[in-house]
Amino acid sequence: MTSVKTHTIPRIYPGTPVKNTFVRAIIRHALLICVLFVLLYPLLWLLGASFRPNNEVFNGLGLFSENYTIQNYIDGWGAGSASFTRYFGNSLLVTVVSILGNLFSCSLTAYAFARLNFPFKNALFAILIGTMLLPMHVTLVPQYILFNKLGWINTYFPLTIPHWLGVDAFFIFLMVQFIRNLPRELDESARLDGCGHFGIFLRIVMPLSLPAIGTTAMFTFIWTWNDFLGPLLYLNRSDMQTVPLALNAFLDSTGQSSYGELFAMSVLSLAPIVGFFIVSQRLLIEGIATTGMK
Amino acid sequence: MSVHTQTSSPETIQSVLGSKARKRDWRKREVAVAFVFLAPWLIGLIGLTLGPMLYSLYLSFTDYNLLSSPKWVGLQNFVTMFTSDERFWVSTRVTIVYVIFGVPLILIVSLMIAALLNSKIAFLSGYRALFYLPSLMGASVAIAALWRQIFGGNGLINQILSYFGIEAGSWVGNPDTALGTLVVLALWAFGSTMIIFLAGLRQIPAELYEAAAVDGAGRVRRFLNITLPMLTPIIFFNALMVTINAFQAFTPAYVISGGTGGPVNSTLFYTLYLYQQGFAQLNMGYASAMAWLLVAVLAIFSGLFFWSSRYWVYYGDK
Repeated sequence: MTSVKTHTIPRIYPGTPVKNTFVRAIIRHALLICVLFVLLYPLLWLLGASFRPNNEVFNGLGLFSENYTIQNYIDGWGAGSASFTRYFGNSLLVTVVSILGNLFSCSLTAYAFARLNFPFKNALFAILIGTMLLPMHVTLVPQYILFNKLGWINTYFPLTIPHWLGVDAFFIFLMVQFIRNLPRELDESARLDGCGHFGIFLRIVMPLSLPAIGTTAMFTFIWTWNDFLGPLLYLNRSDMQTVPLALNAFLDSTGQSSYGELFAMSVLSLAPIVGFFIVSQRLLIEGIATTGMK
Repeated sequence: MSVHTQTSSPETIQSVLGSKARKRDWRKREVAVAFVFLAPWLIGLIGLTLGPMLYSLYLSFTDYNLLSSPKWVGLQNFVTMFTSDERFWVSTRVTIVYVIFGVPLILIVSLMIAALLNSKIAFLSGYRALFYLPSLMGASVAIAALWRQIFGGNGLINQILSYFGIEAGSWVGNPDTALGTLVVLALWAFGSTMIIFLAGLRQIPAELYEAAAVDGAGRVRRFLNITLPMLTPIIFFNALMVTINAFQAFTPAYVISGGTGGPVNSTLFYTLYLYQQGFAQLNMGYASAMAWLLVAVLAIFSGLFFWSSRYWVYYGDK
């Protein structure tokens, strides 16, 4: 009953001992750190194991070893049927082209929905929202048949072209919401200065939408980089494989003897995600908090 | 004011008219411009979403193996599914168990951590970032491979248990526990759900808590009578999203079971079975039927969920 603390701003009411809030904060931190430890320990263990010689990978819970080596990284890099130089190159290519595609198609579509009037606008927007909730599996089979007919199996087109055609409705929605909140006065004054719609789009709306553009680029990066089902369906030539596919092939072919190499390559495959996350975590977390994306 | 408008000079009238004509012209062009802007998305919508959906609806009534042309079989695919395909029922059961255990766990843990973080706490942004990090990796092959080791025969978990003198076999290799390891993996990636809860908690006005505290409501009362009701829109959103995502989980089950859904079909997710039917056995008609059944189930679930929301979701304006 004496614990009177407001919600976001703890205020000390008469009768609340200062010590109480201090103890509370300590307990809070202790709990959070415990959960974090459990959560992050597997990642740290993965990192440690990737630097241990193969005969030590399965020995011990600890992170450290006296025999740290980068041998796993050297062996793992060349372990697949093509080398990981190739796989990382493939993943990078697919990811960059997908990001550009999403930025292109989603920003154009979003501008139209947020700023222009056209017939069937509400109906089309409802369809857009509908496709956001649609499970991807319903288009999986027919898209495969389509791409197969087009002769696109073992090319990167099935993994990249859909992004240029705005299939990720989530990002369109995100940008529509963002552009709607931009002041229209800027458009008007640009128009008086002789700007057309493309001018307004390029010179006014896009520069102001950088946060939404950044969020879209980051999430596209993470989804595409991690994507497994797409490459699994469309890429079966080993020199075309992306990193997740190569890792899975590695896992299938590997006995316990080369787990260290598998872990080394796993670490490298996660490193870009962690790196970009560190650079842009504020953007990502704000993005997810406002739109509810995964 | 009105005097002024009545006595406006001819020049102003002229310019107003001119701008009206310009506006009409602008409007006309606007529609054309809009469809230029919309073109990529419209092409994708028709060519990659709506068209394929209709085609797969057609395929679901056919027998099609990609090599010969589709053969119309009526409802045969659905009849087979419900009456004679044991693995279909196994995959349905596995998915439902996964959803029933995974979704509430994710929601409860997310809400608890969000509540802990929702205070004037030091290092808030650091905590947020670290809790969020796993959710970026949860669907990756690397983490699934790691999971296979952690829950393997001589993996991390069993090494910890052996310190306490407990000997256990492989968790991934045991049909009774394999699905559990996938639930744990989904739970591990709870960060994104948690961030949305945290954003929701921050929206609740502090005055409500102050008023309740003045009235003598304790911590638990305040949580039950203020936090939970105010948070129901966010709970609704998160529950819907987490459930829809759980129904579609694929990569972890594929990687951990080596694509088989084993051991003994214990990780045969619905999506994994769909993949096997469609792309390993080339039963594309059957796979399409399964996909449409999933769409129907998710649509009914979402519909019921939206309908139920009027009874338990609190929107401030009511």
